Amino acid sequence: MIEVPEYSVPLARPKLGSAGKTGFWRTSRPVIDYQKCTKCRLCVIYCVENTIDLMPDMYPRIDYDYCKGCGVCSNVCPHEAITMEPEVK
Amino acid sequence: MQKARKVLALVGNHAVAYAVKQAKPQVLAVFPITPQTTMLEKLAEYIAEGELKAELVKIESEHSAMATIFGAAVAGARVFTATSSQGLLYMTEMIYWVGGARVPLVAAVATRAIAAPWSILDDHHDFVSKRDAIWIQMMAENVQDAYDLTLMAFRISEYPNLLLPVMMGFDGFILTHTMERLEVLNDEEVDEFLPPRKFNLIDFEDPVSIGQVADSSEYIKYRYSAMKAMENAKSVIEEVSKEYSKLVGRNVPGLVEDFMCDDADYAIVAMGAWSGDVREAVRRLRGEGIKSCLLKVKTFRPFPKELIRKYLSEKKAVLVMDRAYSYGLGGVLASEVKSAMYGLQVPVYNFVAGLGGQDVRPTVIVDMAKKLHEGTLQEEVWLV
Amino acid sequence: MTEALRLDNARFLRGNAACPGCPIPKELDTLLSVMGKRTVLVVPASCTSVILGDTRGTPSTVPVIHSAMAASAAIASGVERALRARGEKDFNVVVWAGDGATGDIGFATLSGAAERNENILYVCYDNEAFMNTGIQRSSLTPYGAWTTTTPEGKREFKKPLPLVMMQHRIPYVATASIGYIFDYEQKLRKAKDVKGFRYIHLLSPCPPGWRYDSSLTVEVAKLAVDTGIWPLFEVENGEFRLTSVSKTHLDKSRRKPVEAYLKLQGRFKNLTQEQVQEIQRMIDEMWEEIKALLKK
Repeated sequence: MIEVPEYSVPLARPKLGSAGKTGFWRTSRPVIDYQKCTKCRLCVIYCVENTIDLMPDMYPRIDYDYCKGCGVCSNVCPHEAITMEPEVK
Repeated sequence: MQKARKVLALVGNHAVAYAVKQAKPQVLAVFPITPQTTMLEKLAEYIAEGELKAELVKIESEHSAMATIFGAAVAGARVFTATSSQGLLYMTEMIYWVGGARVPLVAAVATRAIAAPWSILDDHHDFVSKRDAIWIQMMAENVQDAYDLTLMAFRISEYPNLLLPVMMGFDGFILTHTMERLEVLNDEEVDEFLPPRKFNLIDFEDPVSIGQVADSSEYIKYRYSAMKAMENAKSVIEEVSKEYSKLVGRNVPGLVEDFMCDDADYAIVAMGAWSGDVREAVRRLRGEGIKSCLLKVKTFRPFPKELIRKYLSEKKAVLVMDRAYSYGLGGVLASEVKSAMYGLQVPVYNFVAGLGGQDVRPTVIVDMAKKLHEGTLQEEVWLV
Repeated sequence: MTEALRLDNARFLRGNAACPGCPIPKELDTLLSVMGKRTVLVVPASCTSVILGDTRGTPSTVPVIHSAMAASAAIASGVERALRARGEKDFNVVVWAGDGATGDIGFATLSGAAERNENILYVCYDNEAFMNTGIQRSSLTPYGAWTTTTPEGKREFKKPLPLVMMQHRIPYVATASIGYIFDYEQKLRKAKDVKGFRYIHLLSPCPPGWRYDSSLTVEVAKLAVDTGIWPLFEVENGEFRLTSVSKTHLDKSRRKPVEAYLKLQGRFKNLTQEQVQEIQRMIDEMWEEIKALLKK
């Protein structure tokens, strides 16, 4: 255990969402059409934010709390199963 | 029955190297620079002969030297580096990094004038230029003092929860290359005085990110906490000095040392090797009936302003000797002493000398003090 | 809600400060999943310094030491020696540095650590400019690229850092691209087991800096390799070999014309035809040099 007096060594510990719920950044959101999805996992592998999870049934699931809507998943999907739709609140 | 201690004749560089060897650091990274080189060579020799089991990184620059020992210190090692002048300036960025990150480690500075113009000889500009980097800074008066101070530096920096790096300064050539008699501790005594280091920030089970961005509401809290630690360091330094004095059976001062100040009319304030010359000057002045004294500033940072004020408040006048100057303001030490004496009605005179290795003899100091006594001394005098 | 499959290696946590489309979080996640939790990252001033969050929390699940921009290889050297001195085994010390900290301000530090053959892995993620400070050119910016300090296009050529590192005679040098992530991962796995100074130069496209839509990061990184402007190779104990699709690119007809890569990026939109031809010529020349390296 690292124990130092408060405000001595400037340090931080691991935190999910260190920049907040980055899902709020989106102006468009990726939507997976599971009918077209072939479970190739390329979106999971290439999601630059590490924000697509592999489910036990091997389908991908996007974590919309943190997805920034960059569109890389849509670009790499070989079956056009992911479309970018406008993010509306 | 305690083993008798060895009495050696060593040059300052070798005395510091001897102390470092006894402190058993694990990682050293030192880049050669006059007048520190013979210290580095001695350390390399100790390692080659198996007397010191440490990694000596043959680092490619001073900036990298401080970076390397910073990394090693964060990862739990006891570390050491030494430098001077240009090298100290080149590693300045990392010196601030170490201080700001509150990582305990020890660096020795063989003080030397800064270019331009080139000079390899002594003055204090390099050392004092680091005064705001959150480092404890202490200066040695002679070779024995340099040895003692090196050991105390390790102890002070590793004092539980103090978390401050320590820079020990000793005058280039005047101490680094002058051979003097000194008594060294036995290795077992040093082992007891310096128990194994506990500070470590790398724990794979508790990962932390060190040196994070601190936003505008947080950054000042780190500096405030550093300020508190530096204030606390004043009592830590006194405590460690007392403990060390008891161990060696000699008086080894901590923050300041007063020589004959009890009944003195005039105080001469100095830092570093020429404190010894001031001592001699004080003896001669006393012989001529001028009641002067030496107030040696041993700890430059944290500046012991309360003690300095206490010792100087009853004096008729104070003469501060400076080997570093701040343009527009005055000598660095004089300006700080004046600041510590704010509000008191004691006149402070400033003698600026010894820059670039200029020789300053006790006769010159006696002269200044006499003029001070006669009332003919100007407020700021340069030895040109 | 169904739980996702757990992957128990060290990871780079989501919800960090990286730009949308920035490959750094994926690049680091891949690195950490290969290196494991007994890894110390040393990160000099760069985009990653900011992506690593502030004093409230960090996305890294392994220890990180932030570094002044010129100091990372030196800090890593100290960390490695100290951990070894205290008896730790099976750990990794990894420098994760941008192209600016590697090829410019930290170049001497890099060369020094390589010359001493320090036992560390140095990964340079190359987004081809000082991106963190707002897209100013570095020595790794390619010829013709727009940056705020080269608005008419950079006149000088990209410093050939991987080849410079190869000349240091270190045990392992490799280039990688996030567009060919399995090749990158394989190189990390290989580098992990090598002792001594290892250097991986990873092409890392940057949407705001290279001026392309954030969705194209992987496509751009792939095209860099497919056009031959960024060959994938590794040098193991002096032996040079091409890897992945680059193995097929000795034959010029198998390399896509460089326009395919350049036209996707706004930073190249003002190139003249002559400049594009010059770039194509430089690529072809580089592949002749590669042929010569292979013959050795």
